[in-house]
Amino acid sequence: MMEYVEQIIFLGVTVLFVFLIAKRVGIIRKAIGLGKPGMPQGTRSQRFREMMLVAFGQKKMFKNFLPAFLHLFIYVGFVVINIEVLEFIIDGLAGTHRIFAPYLAGFYTVLMNIFEFLALSVLLACVIFLIRRNVLSIGRFRSREMKGWPKLDGNLILIIEIVLMLAILTMNATDQLLQDRDPYYTETGTLLISSTMLSLFEGMSTEALVFTERFAWWFHIVGILGFALYVTYSKHLHIFLSFVNTWYSRFEAKGKMENMSMVTNEVYSMLGLPNPAGDTPPVEGEIPRFGAKDVQDLKSKNILDAYSCTECGRCTAECPANQTGKLLSPRAIMMAVRDRAEELAKSGDGENGKSLLNDYITKEELNACTSCNACVEACPVNINPLEIILEMRRYISMEESGSPASWNMMFQNIETSFSPWKFAPTDRFKWADKFNNGGAETTVTD
Amino acid sequence: MTDNKINIPTAAELTASGKEIEILFWVGCAGSFDDRYKRVTEAFVKILNHTETPFAVLGEEETCTGDPARRAGNEFLFQMQAINNIQVMNGYNIKKIVTACPHCFNTIKNEYPELGGNFEVIHHSTFLQQLIDEGKLKPKDGNPFKGKKITYHDSCYLGRANNIYEAPRKVLESLDADLTEMKRCRSKGLCCGAGGAQMFKEAEKGDKEINVERTEEALSTGAKTIAAACPFCLTMMSDGVKNQGRENDVEVKDIAEILGSSI
Ligand code: SF4
Ligand code: SF4
Repeated sequence: MMEYVEQIIFLGVTVLFVFLIAKRVGIIRKAIGLGKPGMPQGTRSQRFREMMLVAFGQKKMFKNFLPAFLHLFIYVGFVVINIEVLEFIIDGLAGTHRIFAPYLAGFYTVLMNIFEFLALSVLLACVIFLIRRNVLSIGRFRSREMKGWPKLDGNLILIIEIVLMLAILTMNATDQLLQDRDPYYTETGTLLISSTMLSLFEGMSTEALVFTERFAWWFHIVGILGFALYVTYSKHLHIFLSFVNTWYSRFEAKGKMENMSMVTNEVYSMLGLPNPAGDTPPVEGEIPRFGAKDVQDLKSKNILDAYSCTECGRCTAECPANQTGKLLSPRAIMMAVRDRAEELAKSGDGENGKSLLNDYITKEELNACTSCNACVEACPVNINPLEIILEMRRYISMEESGSPASWNMMFQNIETSFSPWKFAPTDRFKWADKFNNGGAETTVTD
Repeated sequence: MTDNKINIPTAAELTASGKEIEILFWVGCAGSFDDRYKRVTEAFVKILNHTETPFAVLGEEETCTGDPARRAGNEFLFQMQAINNIQVMNGYNIKKIVTACPHCFNTIKNEYPELGGNFEVIHHSTFLQQLIDEGKLKPKDGNPFKGKKITYHDSCYLGRANNIYEAPRKVLESLDADLTEMKRCRSKGLCCGAGGAQMFKEAEKGDKEINVERTEEALSTGAKTIAAACPFCLTMMSDGVKNQGRENDVEVKDIAEILGSSI
């Protein structure tokens, strides 16, 4: 029995984490499911292309070379090093040690060296990112919404990655020393990066080495599992969701706003005209709201966007309203949607008297948007904060009549004189009088 | 280009005389009412006449596309306007529309089809570029902008919203002007501050007006002419230039005016 202790503990820990992660995934699914269905148009090949270019290929990151390059290192490193986790899990369950080494022989050495190189790159990139975030004054990391947890979250991820990479290198260094002392430790060949650390551990007794190697191994695998769980609470969820999110990208012109067919029906009947699209049947039960007051009024895609947001702030840095000191920040809009959806998904369906509008996002923010699409253009993972802003404005205007007074004036002008300014409709063609009365010929001459 | 013989036929007149309307020039509210921007409308109809383009306008039958209402959240009002306009245009069997306003352009092109208005819509920047490419418009050799520094301010509704970045630039390049870009240009162009119905209200509390920020950037290029291709941008940039006390040596002009005075 005793010989299986380590394996049993490993199994227990893995099952526990898988359970906790599954529970979180359930909550996130529920949160995204709060929204309304409706997928942007596009063909499968278009979607696949967009996902490969934007999520996998990180096309939009490369607008700015240095961060894109460092981010690419972390990303590739993260994906590739996780292949090693497979060996960890098999070893952990079977009680073996480096089970792939004898089979792959020389190739194993090559693989391990690649992993080590990537581990070092990830480590360095994370250190540079920590400096960028905390020492250099880069505007988008210092905004109002980046205080407290979001700031800590950003730093924690980098620190966790650094520690995990150090664990890998420590494990490999001690393992190499043990290979000379105990045949149980399969030859891995020289591992270039960790062998520079050998002098740190050479003086240790074999027992201490065994302990350090085991500790680093456990630390790394539990760390990875913990990281996977942590990610579900963090902005780092984009490592998975950016793929889903770019798959559901919008391919229409950015300037196009979605039509509200509910309104179309009413407008046709007000004008006494038949709806060419055919009357949609009247809605059963609760009449849906016009526009969005809360996350349930948004589309699931908008909530998916919010969960995919990595809080990088590229949107906010490009936002003209934000750049000129207005309260609006498209990143803060996305964070608010996520927080609110998460709150509702956790608390069951119980309303707590709060809503996305007012409690999370104020009218002042919404009113400041120029619908310029700079945020949409800037987002490296195709998130659309503008759609949410405009949906909320629809609610304010149509359900609350709560638009700013000058907008209500403008509405009135359009209603009564068919122009946003108060001019007599009969004056609309006056601009041409200059030509028509100025002696030039007025109308068509046959 | 001379002023005489400027024809501005209306759709009603053409239809009454049994003619087809080949191109409808959608003037827009700013083009009809805004004193400064009416000069752009004039410049454009002169070009249409000069190139003998067969066109018509709706005249008093045109109404707001509904863009500002929709962006401010009033979907009802937008659709009322849209459906009315579509009825009128379908009644005249309109097929192709040209407009100088990127907001009208975006709305009619992208948003009217779902409400039954299917037209070929083209912005005047693309239209002018085509006229130049076809050889119908030739800037004079000694045109006033030759060799002069011009900076072009991208309209959000033309650029990011509809991916039209090059047409207005090509128009300006045809003058042999020295086109100088601002740092934030094309897909990174900074908004003038008027879109999304901001034109019709005061800005929210902040520490600067967006148009001032943008105008400062435009002025820093050293250009004495700021070119725009949108009525709102034109207003915002002109106000910005006044705010900076530069209205005496810097002019803000639409590309149609610039081209019109060069042929
Ligand atoms: S669309 Fe609105 S939120 Fe997005 S960048 Fe422009 S002003 Fe900011
Ligand atoms: S919405 Fe996009 S650009 Fe903005 S913070 Fe999130 S990930 Fe970054």
